[in-house]
Amino acid sequence: MEYTELEDRKVIVFQLGEEEYVIPVRHVGGIERLHPITRVPGTANYIKGVINLRGVVTPIIDLRTRFGMESIQYNEATRIIIVHVNEIEVGFIVDGANDVIDLPDEAIEPSPDVIGTEVYDYIRGVANLNERLLILLDLEKILTEQDIERTQQISRMEG
Amino acid sequence: MDTNQYLAIFIDESTEHLNTMSDYMLELEKNPSDKSIIEEIFRAAHTLKGMSATMGYNDMADLTHKLENVFDAIRYDKLSVQVDMMDVLFEVHEQLLAMVEDIASGGTGEQDISHLVNKLDKLEKGAQVDTSSESSAQGEKGNAKVQNERSMSNLDEFELSILNEASERGFSNYEITVQLNEDCLLKAARTFMVFEVLEKHGEIIKSDPPVNDLEEENFDFQFKVLFITKYPKDELKKKLKKISEVSHIIINPFSTKTYKKAQEKLETDNKAIKERNKTDEKSIPNRSGRQVSKTIRVNIERLDILMNLFEELVIDRGRLEQIASELNHQELQETVERMTRVSGDLQNIILTMRMVPIEQVFSRFPRMIRKLSREMEKDIAIDIIGAETELDRTVIDEIGDPLVHLLRNAVDHGIEKPEERRRKGKPEQGTIQLKAYHSGNHVFIEITDDGAGINREKVLKKAIENGIIHESQAHSLKDQEVYELILASGFSTAEVVSDVSGRGVGLDVVRTKIESLGGRVSIDSEQDKGSIFSIQLPLTLSIMSVLLIEIENETYAIPLSSIIETAIIEKKQILSAHHKKVIDFRGNVVPLVFLKDIFNVPKYSDYEEDEYESIVIVKKGDKMAALVVDSFIGQQEIVLKSLGKYLQDVFAISGATILGDGQVALIIDTNALVK
Repeated sequence: MEYTELEDRKVIVFQLGEEEYVIPVRHVGGIERLHPITRVPGTANYIKGVINLRGVVTPIIDLRTRFGMESIQYNEATRIIIVHVNEIEVGFIVDGANDVIDLPDEAIEPSPDVIGTEVYDYIRGVANLNERLLILLDLEKILTEQDIERTQQISRMEG
Repeated sequence: MDTNQYLAIFIDESTEHLNTMSDYMLELEKNPSDKSIIEEIFRAAHTLKGMSATMGYNDMADLTHKLENVFDAIRYDKLSVQVDMMDVLFEVHEQLLAMVEDIASGGTGEQDISHLVNKLDKLEKGAQVDTSSESSAQGEKGNAKVQNERSMSNLDEFELSILNEASERGFSNYEITVQLNEDCLLKAARTFMVFEVLEKHGEIIKSDPPVNDLEEENFDFQFKVLFITKYPKDELKKKLKKISEVSHIIINPFSTKTYKKAQEKLETDNKAIKERNKTDEKSIPNRSGRQVSKTIRVNIERLDILMNLFEELVIDRGRLEQIASELNHQELQETVERMTRVSGDLQNIILTMRMVPIEQVFSRFPRMIRKLSREMEKDIAIDIIGAETELDRTVIDEIGDPLVHLLRNAVDHGIEKPEERRRKGKPEQGTIQLKAYHSGNHVFIEITDDGAGINREKVLKKAIENGIIHESQAHSLKDQEVYELILASGFSTAEVVSDVSGRGVGLDVVRTKIESLGGRVSIDSEQDKGSIFSIQLPLTLSIMSVLLIEIENETYAIPLSSIIETAIIEKKQILSAHHKKVIDFRGNVVPLVFLKDIFNVPKYSDYEEDEYESIVIVKKGDKMAALVVDSFIGQQEIVLKSLGKYLQDVFAISGATILGDGQVALIIDTNALVK
C-alpha cells in the first residue's frame, strides 16, 4: 500500500493564469504539445474538440473556459495534459506544465471558503509549499455527470 | 491446490457443458423417452460435478451432484420425465449458469442453493418411493406371467391404484389388443368404433398409443387399451369382432403384477439398448454431428489487437495514397496501389476471422422462450433458422439485448393465449421463428410470429394520444409506417402491464440500439396472421466506406451506405415550402439541411457567393434529405472510432475517424438529420 501513498503524493503542477494548480500523477496519462483540434459541434463551449492521440480520439477541455477565466491565444508554452478518471479520458488545455513534485498530505488544507468563484467547486484543497500556493483540483468534479448531461442537452437543443 | 491457471479452461468448458445440457434438455422435453438424450445430459452433469469439485466450487458441485442423481434416476426408469420436473431442471440449469458467470467475473460461485437442492431431493425421493413400492410388489407371490412381448408401459401411480381398486371390487382388468386389417382406410373411425363399444361395457383406463395419436392415425394397425369391465371376455371379443375391418382381438387379463414384471423386462431391454448406444457412439464419436475442421483457439484480445494494428495500417495507407498522388511519382504510385490491394485482402481475412456465428446469441433463446411462455401460460415453439450465420464480434456483443426485447415482445403481445388461438381457428401452439441470413454487405435477422399481428387502428389511436403523430397525418400513413410507430419513444400498446415486456421502456430502445449499430428495423404485420420484425445490420462496424466532404475548413465523413447520390444544383432551383427550403429531386420534394447552420461552422474564408450548391442526398427508410456542403473531397475507407465516454450522444455525430494526415474527422449520423 505504500506504493499508492507515494503515488498519491506525486502531483503535476501546471499554470493557469497567475495560479498554479496540481493534479495527482496517477491520473495523468501524459503531457502533450498542442495537436490540431477538430471542433465537435453542439458541445459545451469549454470542449474545444477532439484530437488524434496516437490513434485514440480524445476530447479536449479548455480549463480556462471551464473555470470561467478569460481565454488567451495558445502559444509555445501551451500544453495538453491527458487525464483519465473512471474510464473517461480527456485532455486539459493549460497555459503550461511546470513541475512534478511530492506533495505531503499535511501541506494540504481544505479550500478557503472566501474564494466564491465558480472555480471553488472544483477545488479539493490548497497547499502552501515553500511560499508556493498550489490549488489541488477535484478531477471527478470537473468531469461530473451534470456536465455531461449539460453537454447532451445543449447538443439536443441545437438539433 | 492452485487452480488459477485452470480457471479459464474451467469456465470455457463448464459453459460448453451447460450449453450442451440445455440443448439436450429441450430435446428431452420433446422426446421424453429417448434414453440417448438422457445419457448425454447425465454425462454433462457428471463432468460438471467433477470439474467444479476439483476446482473447489462446492455449491456448484453440490448442485450438479443432485442434478446427476435425478438424471440417474431417469436413466434407470425410476423417474419419468414430466413438465414440472423439467421446470425444476431448467431452474437448476439457470442457477449453474449464474454460478459460472459469477466465477468468471472473479466471484466464488457461492450462492444460496438450498431451495433448489430441496426441490431436486424431492424429485429424487419421488423416485425412491416408486422404487421401494416396486420392489415390495415384486416380492409378492404371483402366478402372473408376462403375457405379451410389448405390454403396456408407463402407468402412473394413479392408474395403478385404479386398476388395483377395480380388481378388489370384483371387476376384471383386461389388456385388449386390437389388430386392424392392413388395408383399412379409416383407421381413426374404426378405432372410434372400438372405443364406443368398449365404453358401453366398462371403462378405458389407458390406451397405447395415446388417444391423440389414435385420432390422428399415428399408429400402425395395432393398438392396445387397458380396460375395466364386469363383462366376460368372450362376450367382449364377440362384440368387438362385429366391427368391420378388425382382424384380430386379443384379450388378456391384466394385473398390476404383470405390469411390474413387464417393467422389469423393459429395464433389461433398456440396458441392451444402452449397450447398443454405446457401440453406436464408438462408431460415430461426434454425435452432435458438427463438422470437425482443424481450428485453434485464439484469445479474443489478440484478435482485437490485430484489428487495431490493422486499423493503424489503413490510416497510414490513406496517408501514403495521398503522398503518392501529391508527388506524382509513378513507381511509388504503383507500389502504393499494390499495397492497397494486398491490404484490402488482408482486411477481408481479418474481418472474417472476427466473425462468429450468431448461434452464440441465439442459443439461449429457446430456454428463454420456454420460461416466458410458461409464465404467460402460452404454448410457444421457437424455430431457429440460420444460427450458423456469421457476424462481426462487435455486433454480436451488442445484438443480444435488442433481440431479447423483440422476442419478449413477440411472446407478450404477439402470440395469443391458447384459448384465443383456438377461437381464431389457429393451432394452440404458437410459433416464433428466428431467422438469420446474409444478403450483400448486410445481415438480416427476422423475428416472425404467428400471433395476433398489429392492430393499425389501435396503434394510430395510441400514437395520437401520446402525441407522436397528429390526427391529420393518420390517414395518409401506409400500414408499414403505422407499424413502425410502435418503435417511437413513448409508445407501448400493451393493455395490461406485464412483467415481461411492459416496463414502460418500449421498443424505442431496440430501434436506438440497432441504429447505433448502423442498422435498421422494419415491421410488417397482418391482423391475426402475425408480425415480422426485420433487423438489417452491417457486416462489420469498424471499417466503412464514406464520402468525405468539406464545410468551410472542416472535414466531415458521410457513410456511403446512407447516400443516394451527390449533385450540384443551381441556387434558383431551391424552393420554399412552409418556410423550409426544399428542392425538387427527381419528382420528390426533398428538404434541404444546411450543415453549416446545424453544426455552427465558424466562417473561415470570405468565399464569394456562389450560384451553385453542392448537395448530398441521404436516405433513412423512405425519407430523404439533401445535405448542403461546400465541396466533396472524395470516397475513402475509414476506421470508425468512438468519441470516447466523455462525449456521448453528440447530436448528428455518430463517431470519428482519423484521416491520412492524422487529423480527426467527424462522421455524420444522417439518420438524425432526416426527419
